[in-house]
Amino acid sequence: MENLDPSYSGDGMYREHIMDHYKNPHNKGTLDDADLTRTEKNPLCGDVITISLKLENKKVSEVKFEGRGCAISQAAASMITDEVKGKNVDEIENMTREDVVNMLGIEIGPVRTKCATLGLVAVKEAIKN
Amino acid sequence: MISLIKECNNMLQTTMVLNVNKIRTDFPILQKKINGKNLVYLDNAATAQKPSQVIKAITDFYENYNANIHRSIHQLGEDSTRLYEEAHKKTSDFINAGFEELIFTKSTTESLNLLAYSLANKINKGDEIVVTEMEHHSNFVPWQQLAKRNKATFKVIKVDKDGLLDEESIKQNITSKTKIVSLTHISNVLGTINDISKITKIAHESDALCVVDAAQSVPHMEVDVKRLGCDFLAFSGHKMLGPTGIGALYGKKEHLESMDPFLYGGEMIKDVTINDSQWNDLPWKFEAGTGNIAQAIGLGAAIDYLKKVGMENIMQHSTDITNYAYEKISLINDVKIYGPKPKNRANLISFNVKGVHAHDTSAILDGEGVAVRAGHHCAMPLSKVLGVDATARASFYLYNTKEEVDTLVSAIEKVKRVFT
Ligand SMILES: Cc1ncc(COP(=O)(O)O)c(C=O)c1O
Repeated sequence: MENLDPSYSGDGMYREHIMDHYKNPHNKGTLDDADLTRTEKNPLCGDVITISLKLENKKVSEVKFEGRGCAISQAAASMITDEVKGKNVDEIENMTREDVVNMLGIEIGPVRTKCATLGLVAVKEAIKN
Repeated sequence: MISLIKECNNMLQTTMVLNVNKIRTDFPILQKKINGKNLVYLDNAATAQKPSQVIKAITDFYENYNANIHRSIHQLGEDSTRLYEEAHKKTSDFINAGFEELIFTKSTTESLNLLAYSLANKINKGDEIVVTEMEHHSNFVPWQQLAKRNKATFKVIKVDKDGLLDEESIKQNITSKTKIVSLTHISNVLGTINDISKITKIAHESDALCVVDAAQSVPHMEVDVKRLGCDFLAFSGHKMLGPTGIGALYGKKEHLESMDPFLYGGEMIKDVTINDSQWNDLPWKFEAGTGNIAQAIGLGAAIDYLKKVGMENIMQHSTDITNYAYEKISLINDVKIYGPKPKNRANLISFNVKGVHAHDTSAILDGEGVAVRAGHHCAMPLSKVLGVDATARASFYLYNTKEEVDTLVSAIEKVKRVFT
């Protein structure tokens, strides 16, 4: 029970690549001719992510996100959009929290998991149908 | 030399209202290190830490007295019943209520829901239920949903730009059709202390009941239900040094007598036949089933502790610390404080660092050992009024020190460094 995991928080979380994605997010915006869009909210902190994407042969050909919230949620969404571009829907459906943790390169506590995975949840919900 | 230093220390002690160093030794968790740093616990409005006196009372009950209450005719049953009823008495005395006027629940939330259900048959189509924009969801949603079910009108008193209830809006919203006015004593986001006696008078002039959410006030100030004049008042044990799972609802005897029970079952019954049932005497009529016995006894121990320190001293200490923190945080560039000036403010400060989400602020503070809350604090309608998704909140209690405020301030400076 001693301090479960010290890297759950502190300035160590805000590593350079996370701050880069937060300050200069990739794929920011909306696709006017999107095939699918999905908005997900995290009631805990008011994070909001809207994903819009285009599919070609069951593959994500274009993807953009809009949103606001904490650095972790926005940086993770930016990384997710990079990651899913070119992937087919089956691959995306198999993506998990662990993939997000790997992208971020930091361990995420159970409370903060909702922030970190919001972008992934939005993408998965969008392609569900 | 050493004796001189000792003497100086003693003099310093006497100028402070509380002997905080001594108080801190009663709270085992305050010795804990977080991320290698001393824990600076400033999330007291969410839940307070527990002194060993409370922890011991709970352990002692389970080790020596555990039995169900009000039914088992054996030594342990007699002991546990006596201890439970003593806890009842301590809790009702603490807010100057009669023994029959205080019901144990699991929390403020349950107390308010109990009311919203048990008062339901007094609310008709076209009646009005009035709350305020600064309510916690637990004093907002139960009334909103009751109004919906009974086709009553749900009205909300506005908060002005200083974080106080808007005088005009109070007058406009409480009318001859109003049946219930429910408001918080202290806002858990703004720290505003509302004038309950005044609102109660206005409510009573319209023949409306006045309900008070005292989750933040009972832990921090002397609350006397007779002096406030309100009809009902709800609070939680865990915010006042007690355990989780125990809360209370005060109600004037005449109201509790005329109200229907909320939960039916064992222990709240006098007589049951095939066709009907008769309710037990107050307060047991509202305590169906086996309650949180150990937690109630823990709350009793928490009240003993608070009374020994003195509620006036606790209030004075929290006010001193809060004023000090307000002054220090105000001096940091690019930090916005929400809510009223210190004069009308209780023991907490909500703030944001410009351009930084409150979650990121609190994560970096945590790295410095400083625990604060971040979010909408279960008050989404208020977040909308303030125009923010989230705020960070530092809330103080009897064991906090000015040195801890200094740690908070330098941690906020660190947040700014990480994000620029
Ligand atoms: C003003 C106010 N009301 C109600 C509550 C709900 O208390 P509980 O969660 O103990 O039911 C809180 C606690 O966060 C509060 O601050």
